[in-house]
Amino acid sequence: MQNRRSFLKAAVISASIAAMGGIASSAYAADTIKVGILHSLSGTMAISETALKETALMTIEEINAKGGVLGKKLEPVVVDPASDWPKFAEKARQLLSQDKVAVTFGCWTSVSRKSVLPVYKELNGLLFYPVQYEGEELEKNVFYTGAAPNQQAIPAVEYLMSKEGGSAKRFVLLGTDYVYPRTTNKILRAFLKSKGVAESDIMEEYTPFGHSDYQTIIAKIKKFAGEGKKTAVISTINGDSNVPFYKELGNAGLKAKDVPVVAFSVGEEELRGVDAKPLVGHLAAWNYFMSVKNPDNDKFIKMYRDWAKKAKLPKADTVVTNDPMEATYVGIHMWAQAVEKAKSTDTDKVIAAMAGQTFKAPSGFTLKMDETNHHLHKPVFIGEIKADGQFNVVWKTKGPIRAQPWSPYIPGNESKQKL
Amino acid sequence: MKRLLLILSLALGLGAGAVRADVAPEVLKGLASEDFDAKQGAVAALASVGDADAARLLKALSDDAVAVAGDKLVIVAGEQVLDAANGKPLKPAASPDSISLNNSLRQQVDGALAALRLLSADKTERLAAAKALLADMGDGAALLPLFDKALKQEQDGEIKTILVQLQAQASLSSPDAAARLQAVQTLGQSASPAVKALLLPLIEKQGDTFAEPDEKVRLAAQTAIKAIDGRLVWSDTAGQIFTGISLGSILLLAALGLAITYGVMGVINMAHGELLMVGAYSAYAMQALFRSRFPDFVDYYVVAAVPVAFFVAAAVGMLMERTVIRHLYGRPLETLLATWGLSLVLIQAARLLFGAQNVEVANPAWMSGGVQLAENLSLPWNRLVIVAFSGFVLLVVWLLMNKTRLGMFVRAVTQNRPMAGCVGVPTARIDTLAFGIGSGIAGLGGVALSQIANVGPDMGQGYIVDSFMVVVLGGVGQLAGAVWAALGLGVVTKFLEGWAGAVIAKILVLVFIIIFIQKRPQGLFALKGRFVD
Repeated sequence: MQNRRSFLKAAVISASIAAMGGIASSAYAADTIKVGILHSLSGTMAISETALKETALMTIEEINAKGGVLGKKLEPVVVDPASDWPKFAEKARQLLSQDKVAVTFGCWTSVSRKSVLPVYKELNGLLFYPVQYEGEELEKNVFYTGAAPNQQAIPAVEYLMSKEGGSAKRFVLLGTDYVYPRTTNKILRAFLKSKGVAESDIMEEYTPFGHSDYQTIIAKIKKFAGEGKKTAVISTINGDSNVPFYKELGNAGLKAKDVPVVAFSVGEEELRGVDAKPLVGHLAAWNYFMSVKNPDNDKFIKMYRDWAKKAKLPKADTVVTNDPMEATYVGIHMWAQAVEKAKSTDTDKVIAAMAGQTFKAPSGFTLKMDETNHHLHKPVFIGEIKADGQFNVVWKTKGPIRAQPWSPYIPGNESKQKL
Repeated sequence: MKRLLLILSLALGLGAGAVRADVAPEVLKGLASEDFDAKQGAVAALASVGDADAARLLKALSDDAVAVAGDKLVIVAGEQVLDAANGKPLKPAASPDSISLNNSLRQQVDGALAALRLLSADKTERLAAAKALLADMGDGAALLPLFDKALKQEQDGEIKTILVQLQAQASLSSPDAAARLQAVQTLGQSASPAVKALLLPLIEKQGDTFAEPDEKVRLAAQTAIKAIDGRLVWSDTAGQIFTGISLGSILLLAALGLAITYGVMGVINMAHGELLMVGAYSAYAMQALFRSRFPDFVDYYVVAAVPVAFFVAAAVGMLMERTVIRHLYGRPLETLLATWGLSLVLIQAARLLFGAQNVEVANPAWMSGGVQLAENLSLPWNRLVIVAFSGFVLLVVWLLMNKTRLGMFVRAVTQNRPMAGCVGVPTARIDTLAFGIGSGIAGLGGVALSQIANVGPDMGQGYIVDSFMVVVLGGVGQLAGAVWAALGLGVVTKFLEGWAGAVIAKILVLVFIIIFIQKRPQGLFALKGRFVD
């Protein structure tokens, strides 16, 4: 017994020494730079996040084919946090302290980002977050390559209020019941008030996650729209609830030209494999659409299609590109540029080098990382859904807009506007 | 102003004696422009010209068939490419790149097209135009002379009624108070929320003065709005009851299978939701089969999916019963765990077979859209069909359980198993068959769900709680109870939703059920006899 125990002990110790040695050797003798990819590959968010993992791998391969960064190849480390928010933090810690990645590209939902934040702060890591979100956050260790509310929600509402968008006077704020829609609607409500829209002309409705019976809500919208003045619906419904919502909308005879619905979480990937005919004419606001025409976008789409074929993704012949994928692509390239500029992968040096980086993005604009606020300057597009699930761009900003992570429409943010 | 141009040309006799000329180049340039105002101006100009060329171009615009090819504007008509200016075929210099309209331009184009057709010789075209104008006109003050003219010529009663309303809508902003009063009184006959929306601004206050200067008109508008409101209340309530019944029918379809397996046989089947999922995927598979093999009959895939889903789900159910559940009869806790495990197996199987993403199941054409019963009450066809379908399934189940030998055996076995066995009923086989029927009915529910909800591997999880809720509320062992519970829950949920929102309604319904089950654990209907003791 004694013998066996000591044998076990010895085995454990030697194994752990070997493991430590392994880590040490890979950290010091590295001729590669490790890059973490933190996206859910299973669970509810897999639908959206898997495409981002593929985009990241594709971009890393593209950079490696051109000789890598600082003369070293990038080595992707893919982990699966399985749509489980605490697991995001666990996996982030693993990436930072065990794999010693130089940077992480990851997260989709705001709750997953909030979950990994303390880890990145504690271990001074670097995270690139590629999805549009509600703002009200600015962390030294994070670069936000998705849109802040003033780069998506506010321009969309301004469009609806313009003559071109139908001069809407009444608004239905409809969302799934969690933090992103609630915060966004809080900002929008304040914005609408500042534009002189009366309290009685705003209706706010929430549904639980996965809600599938939108009859009552559509009836309410109809009634609300029937009380005079042009009405528009601003939808922050998230996930697959969108399908029954739009179906019901079509069946109830509410047409896009009468009551347009503008969505902030519906993109090409969400419409893929969905019958888009009842949705035709409804709107979405993003910083990139697959249908944008320019050489950079053609290249980006072709690259992803080839990648999908090579990686044997399911239904590779119908893959689409969307806004968060573009944001991932831009983020990785900008990081690579910043590393080249800093001549180091050290977090603080890269953060300093990120300020003012520019990149010619597939959206057709040269995007710039803001000098101070860690957000990209992005153009805004409004698209109308076409029958094939693509978007027809009906309006766009003249150029990229600077992000306001702290919305000026939320009281208490006045002092943070310089950021 | 643009509207005014339109009127002038229309009032001055439509196209009569107009010199035939191609569409002006500056109009074409405007259409091809990226600028919204330029496009809008061009559409208005087209409407004001109003000849055959302009009408063709407007029609093409509304069909999204106009494109830019090189420096020319063209209409793409199938294989052919036509010159937008005069409709002559041409060889495009470059590949056509279609120009886009947004919602407000499309509305303008549709309105202009309708106005052009209002004086058409064809009666059905006139009617369609009048109806389109009713929907798309907006502030139609500028069209008033057109309506006057059309009304004078019109013989058909139905079109006349619409024209009178259009005329009244257009005269609401007339400078003549008497004309406005007359218009308001005419509109008071309507039962349309759109008309109410037009009248509301009349009684609104802007600062200290009313928008409508004449007091008589204001009073008339108030009366008219009240009258319209009165008519709307009825259709609103009817609509709410219908949505409740519709939700009830869906709950019933989801729960009916469970009412047999759990209610009658006493098996706590946590994989019931996955049997719904199997049914829904059967519908998806039939759709794919019809699309590839019988594209002409693709609208009838749902009909074919009904028996297929029944048998596939029944087969899966019987397989479950034979391999796992029959070894666990009388041990509810183990059954619960085992069936939960089975549900995970089925979800993962669906993921492997069809992928983790939701699949697309489209409504066939005859189940899309709705039937308009009143101005503000349109019942969607897919929901009407599902209500009828649930009635049909209920009838079949009732006949099966009460009028067939198999049904009698099932009832006998559940009431007294040893006695049924003694008189020669093959109890084991009856168990399998009964479980198969319950599963098959869940499959039918799945087909119905595929028409209104998302079809994905874990869709069943969302219905399992609702299904148990219905069966427990209705009273275990009772089909009639399940029916009343489903309809009751549906209507109550919908009324609560209308009053307090979807999130609160869900909570309130659950609280209500907890209290109800505490007070009356046997459910709405208690089964009398040996079974319950």
